Amino acid sequence: MNDQPRDADDPIEPAAPQHASGPPDSGQAPTIVHAPEVTEVQVAAPAAPTDDRQVEVEDPWGSAFRRIMGGNLVMAVLAIITSLIVGGILIAATDERVQETSGYFFARPGDMLAAVWDAVGGAYWALFQGSVLNVSRADAGFAQLIKPLTDTLNFATPLIAAGLGVAIAFRVGLFNIGGRGQMLWAAAAAGWVGFSFTLPPVLHVLVAIAVGIVAGAIWGGIAGAFKAYTGAHEVIVTIMLNFVALWFITWMLRTPGLLQNPGSNNPISPAMPPSAVLPSIFGPPFILHWGFVLSVLAVVFCSWLINRSNLGFQFRAVGYNANAALNAGMDVKRITVLAMVFAGGFMGLAGAQQVTGAVTTGFTSGIDAGIGFDAITVALLGGSTPWGTFFAGLLFGAFKAGGFRMQAAEGVPIDIILVVQSMIVLFIAAPPLVRAMFGLPQPGRKSRRQVRDEAKIAAAAQQKGAQS
Amino acid sequence: MTAQQTTSAHGTTVETVELERAVVKHWKAPISYAVLTLVALVLLVVLGRDGSATLRLASGGDFFAIPDAVLPARATGVVVVVLLAALTALSFWAVATVRRLGAWLPIVFGVLFVVGFLTWAGAGSMIPIAGLLFATVGLSVPLIFGAMGGVLSERAGVVNIAIEAQLLGGAFTGAVVASATGSTIVGVVAAMLASVLVSMVLAVFAIRYFVEQVIVGVVLNVLVAGLTNFLYSSLLTDNPALNSPARLPKLPIPVLESIPLLGPALFKQSIIVYAMYIIVPLIAWGLFKTTWGLRLRAIGEHPLAADTVGIKVNRLRFWNVALAGAVAGLGGAYFTLDSNGSFTREMTAGLGYIALAAVIFGQWHPVKATAAALLFGFASALQQTLGAIGSPVPSEFMLMLPYVITLLAVAGFIGQSRAPAASGKPYVKQ
Repeated sequence: MNDQPRDADDPIEPAAPQHASGPPDSGQAPTIVHAPEVTEVQVAAPAAPTDDRQVEVEDPWGSAFRRIMGGNLVMAVLAIITSLIVGGILIAATDERVQETSGYFFARPGDMLAAVWDAVGGAYWALFQGSVLNVSRADAGFAQLIKPLTDTLNFATPLIAAGLGVAIAFRVGLFNIGGRGQMLWAAAAAGWVGFSFTLPPVLHVLVAIAVGIVAGAIWGGIAGAFKAYTGAHEVIVTIMLNFVALWFITWMLRTPGLLQNPGSNNPISPAMPPSAVLPSIFGPPFILHWGFVLSVLAVVFCSWLINRSNLGFQFRAVGYNANAALNAGMDVKRITVLAMVFAGGFMGLAGAQQVTGAVTTGFTSGIDAGIGFDAITVALLGGSTPWGTFFAGLLFGAFKAGGFRMQAAEGVPIDIILVVQSMIVLFIAAPPLVRAMFGLPQPGRKSRRQVRDEAKIAAAAQQKGAQS
Repeated sequence: MTAQQTTSAHGTTVETVELERAVVKHWKAPISYAVLTLVALVLLVVLGRDGSATLRLASGGDFFAIPDAVLPARATGVVVVVLLAALTALSFWAVATVRRLGAWLPIVFGVLFVVGFLTWAGAGSMIPIAGLLFATVGLSVPLIFGAMGGVLSERAGVVNIAIEAQLLGGAFTGAVVASATGSTIVGVVAAMLASVLVSMVLAVFAIRYFVEQVIVGVVLNVLVAGLTNFLYSSLLTDNPALNSPARLPKLPIPVLESIPLLGPALFKQSIIVYAMYIIVPLIAWGLFKTTWGLRLRAIGEHPLAADTVGIKVNRLRFWNVALAGAVAGLGGAYFTLDSNGSFTREMTAGLGYIALAAVIFGQWHPVKATAAALLFGFASALQQTLGAIGSPVPSEFMLMLPYVITLLAVAGFIGQSRAPAASGKPYVKQ
């Protein structure tokens, strides 16, 4: 499969005609799914799957409808809806009241349906209140009403930065599963700068974050160097480096004199001094800190880097076709390492935000909080574009913020969020599945009407042949 | 080679052609030995420790009790380093003169290194070797089943990052079904079915929808972790009866269990472990000696060629990935029905990834992958044992070992790691 993440206005590869013959999804779902294998030299490149069924454009309105309904955004929305439905089924199935009433479902079905509505509706209402607007506290003032929205932005902050770390690697044809290790090193480095040095307030936090970014970038660059100079697969390398980082940081955290809080027996670091903490943007009731602004800046920078810079051009060229890039005179190995350096850098920003913004009372080896893996789903949902990653990060941030309220208010374990999140990615990755579920037309395939018409024509032709 | 081709191309002039012998010398192995010897030198001699280590080789119920081996740490260290240096020199000589030495050298080297390390780490205390081996087998079982699932799946051309998900899904389902039905065997079967289900999702997305297989694997790991956590919190914590399966009984094999040193570790186990003794050789034999194995390897190496001779590539891939899930499911059942006795949140704790490492370090070969899994199991058993007697090496470094070894393996420093050619590439029939 050679279709890759691509922008609509991409200078390297013109946007493919949406309904041309070709691989079943190359036009419609150009986003995410196929982390390319391009950096391996293929002796005989597997031919692109071709679909020789030509689609004749006969009714412009029908094809326009098909194009819209086959598009990316619709796919994303449908995937999200489907996943929420699956999540709802899980919530209902594990609800005690639903289980009780299901015993006499055939006698009084209304009871069970009401119980299902209570469970699912209550949970998702709590999810909404915890992530967007807290309607039940509306009378307590505007601040209380919109606080959940800022919580969402707060949870989205590291997700966006880490999502960029996965997305930029995708664009170069690399799969960065090493977010955990890169974030851990970044958190350790930023934390160390934070509690070991005394610097003026603003400078201190900026230096800590910068050091964190560098640490993440180095750990990412190591993975890139493995890939570039030994040919080891980056998925395996990043997974292994994750665990190496985890155990190394764990050891440093429990060794006095390295990262351990003096006077503590637990593997936890000292607390960050106030000068090394990202301040809240709006003041006390809100926890949203300036890290969010850094994430937005990172999105802008990443967007510029990928779409406008010389290096980004080379990134995309290697991502589309490493052999072609090599023939064009690009240093593919250097690009591979650099891509992983940048990917690690974005991950590093996320890790640094964790210690300087989210958990400032001393960190443990769980500081990454699974964000390194969440980032994969964020980048996939965002189609590996910077702004797509931004909005996907907001969505998953909302899930996280709302999930805590859902757990507290409705007793629905927050783990349901993980289920919904991974379902979304699975559905997003397989547009034909979603289309089949919703009865949408499959691009590259004839619509039912076309099939019917052609069958009619064929039947008529056959009849003619039989008559003559 | 080229000379031969030209003569055959001309056809008429038949003359004996001196074939060129291309000699490729791989220096990576001897260099690796040299580095390890250097490590041993620094650790065992330069940083040598005084006192002597007692290696307890006997356990109760043996035919005869092997006396404890009392080894003076520093002297043993010196002897081991000298022997290691000799083996390294032998390896250099063999490469220089293009000789093959066989598999005994790395094995002897490894055993010597471990003995030296044990006496150094255990100086002044007692190390129960029999207990260490017992723990090794116990910790390796899920790794081996997971690695077998990985080998089968990847040999068939589907990258299996989802070993963790298969183990976790199997562990959860095994615990719940065994508790609900009261039958551990039903629990084991259910665990296998749950893993097959995970595998089938992987297979459908990879084969039918051409989704990048690594992505499906990673997402499945997250999905199953989320799902089991959710069900654990919402169902099992309120109903402990659903999470208290009967454990599979230990079935000692009468005579074999009294073999000194190895008997208790190998032959005082539950049915799952005995199943492993059968399944691993069966997979090894099946892969390389049967039609099934030939086809499985064909669709993983060159699906187009396999298709040309009439093998249904995608169907065969699907069912073999499902089979891989069934094998991995046994490893999952081992967690809840043998070693632990109940399900806890994310109880596989990354072992699926170590199993993946074993697949790669084991060069996608069932027996080698089993050896790799045993090595990784030994490393973590050693870490536990040394933790108990007060180890001079931080336990985290022992835990890191499998991953570092795998990194060196994929980078080409230890052995050669080459994945099946078509692994990870969906096959689209032309």
